[in-house]
Amino acid sequence: MNIQLRERPETASPTSVKTAIADCDIHPARATKDELYPYLEKRWHAHLETFGVHAYQGMMEGPPYPKAQPNASRRDAYPPEGGPQGSSLSFMQKQHLDPNNVALGVLNPLNTGQGIRNQDLAGAICTAINDWQIEKWTSKDSRLKGSVVVANEDGVSAAAEIRKRAGDTNFVQVLLLSRNVEPLGQRRYWPIYEAAQEAGLPIGVHAFGFGGNPITASGWPSYYIEEMVGHSQCQQTALASLVLEGVFERFPKLKMVMVEAGFGWAPSLAWRLDKVFSRLHAEVPHLKRKPSEYIRDHIWWTTQPMEDPESRDHLFQTIEWIGWDRLLFATDYPHWDYDEPSRVLPAGVSDANRQAFYLDNARQLYGIT
Amino acid sequence: MTSPIAGGVDCDLHPAVPHLTSLLPYMNDYWRDQVTTRGMTDLISQSYPTNSPISSRPNWRPAQGKPGSSLADMQRQALDRFGAAYGICNPLYGVQMVFSEDMADAFCRALNDWLVKEWLDKDERLRGSIVIPVQSIEKAVAEIERCAQDRRFVQVLMLVMGDMPLGKRHYWPIYAAAERLGLPVGIHAGSAYHNPPTSVGWGSYHIEDYVAQAQAFQTQLTSLIVEGVFARHPNLKMVMLESGFTWLPPFLWRLHKFWRGVRMETPWVDRAPLEIVRSNIRFSLQPVDAPPDGDTLNRLFDHMQSDELILFSTDYPHWQFDGDEVLPRGLSQDLVCKIMIDNPHATYGRLKVKEMTP
Repeated sequence: MNIQLRERPETASPTSVKTAIADCDIHPARATKDELYPYLEKRWHAHLETFGVHAYQGMMEGPPYPKAQPNASRRDAYPPEGGPQGSSLSFMQKQHLDPNNVALGVLNPLNTGQGIRNQDLAGAICTAINDWQIEKWTSKDSRLKGSVVVANEDGVSAAAEIRKRAGDTNFVQVLLLSRNVEPLGQRRYWPIYEAAQEAGLPIGVHAFGFGGNPITASGWPSYYIEEMVGHSQCQQTALASLVLEGVFERFPKLKMVMVEAGFGWAPSLAWRLDKVFSRLHAEVPHLKRKPSEYIRDHIWWTTQPMEDPESRDHLFQTIEWIGWDRLLFATDYPHWDYDEPSRVLPAGVSDANRQAFYLDNARQLYGIT
Repeated sequence: MTSPIAGGVDCDLHPAVPHLTSLLPYMNDYWRDQVTTRGMTDLISQSYPTNSPISSRPNWRPAQGKPGSSLADMQRQALDRFGAAYGICNPLYGVQMVFSEDMADAFCRALNDWLVKEWLDKDERLRGSIVIPVQSIEKAVAEIERCAQDRRFVQVLMLVMGDMPLGKRHYWPIYAAAERLGLPVGIHAGSAYHNPPTSVGWGSYHIEDYVAQAQAFQTQLTSLIVEGVFARHPNLKMVMLESGFTWLPPFLWRLHKFWRGVRMETPWVDRAPLEIVRSNIRFSLQPVDAPPDGDTLNRLFDHMQSDELILFSTDYPHWQFDGDEVLPRGLSQDLVCKIMIDNPHATYGRLKVKEMTP
């Protein structure tokens, strides 16, 4: 790994004995507003200055639910050279990758072309973000791997972008968000799944996004905490849609990762799906197996924000219902609700499960040896 | 199998309105005329298509008419069968789906009066829920006050998916009235379809709508807790009906974690979410979204950290269980007693404990 050639500041030394981990949810940011311009055709520079991104929500700048911290990120994660948290590779290395001994870091860029109404602009920004990931991040630190972001509402353009990146070892997955114009199982998204399966890339479905629908089935809530807690409900519904629409029947080699939406809900959702399916299977004859079987074979979960019950037995029982082979450790660096690697998993886990949880599951899923 | 005990309270029964025309005798001249002149059709919600397997257990489906429309059937198949001392009627007729608050008000009044005459007056075990026109707070409160004079109405009924999240301050006068009159607020599965029925848009299938009920309950619990409904109304009880409950522990882990992280946003939430749930929120038993083995179920009850949260229900005539297996396997006799008798009586203050003759 080329990182071994870097000068190590003293902060790295006490932690160098730490076991290597995979961090399956790292958020790289742009240092400045125009950092993406070199990767975008000139016409889009003026377009962005004049009209903005024209998203599926009302704010010209910033999120409709103000975050708990600036940029939803740790206050100690501002790079010394300036710019927002997560925008400096060298500071990310110094603050996170080196001291935590991150052997594999999966980049999930947010604020890309996803959730933009103008699909030409969406496609252009996504392509730019993918080029930017290579140039600024993955080509400079081989521990980091990118996610192919795509114009999610334009299946044809999204599939083309995936095919363009197929075989490029800078990327280990395709990235979608959980909240879109329609539930993720809908056919408009199938070209994305077809191309991802063809390219052998798992699809990460990260919590968040705006698709024009109220973020609860009973309308818009009031608070940021409702949006944050609600990511798990949006993710459950998106997963139910993927299963019930028959996506995994149609694309039997497709793998998906539920990113940053919790995993504790998975057993109850699978039980509910199976129970309701036993009554209503006549409506969905394209399903050949029980819903829980598709989930068991096709779905992985990242861990952050880690489920945190009072009793560790409750946590362990929940993970056993899901499978120790299905969880991928993640910190969400540099976001404020970051999970500290050394404190996430309570004592009492076997070495094999610990190794699977922190590293091996991710290496296996993403094909990194 | 776990056997039910006599004297229980069945907290979720669904008497069916045979047709919109069945409510005509309970409307004034204007609304009777509106319904007939405009040729209004029956108000059947997409949440429960009449012929969907979910809407009726196969051997509870009548030869003709809607499942749940016959009192004799309900008595034989549910009340007598499981030895209920009380059965709480939660009509799911689609009166909340209309967009006119005046029409909704007229139809809710008719529905509540119909329930008294056609059901409560005919079986002394039956109790009612007050269906309200939620789009108008004034009319909803007036309807609660009107019906509450009849002590056989034991709760207020709302749907889990309406126009706005249920914790919104807009709805608080409803909660104030319910608390003042000693009525829990029951939140039942179902959508008014004023918003897409999932938080990520419209799915293709009925099965998606039904699965999504559980997620809707989760977002409503968040809303009710973080808006501060129970800080303002500490004596208000809310009952999640046909919600499922196996999602509750992981939901609370997550809500608790974020509450610790961003409680500065909602400083009036001065107790942990789990404590608020323990003191103010209850869940009906059916559906039990869990594997049929007693071991898993008992672990889930352990994860809930309370034996006071669940209230017995058959969800009659919906198809949630077969045969007499209304209680999941593996429950202790003590827990059965709590679920069937103690917990419902602790929730519904208007029920009087009956001495059951052996």
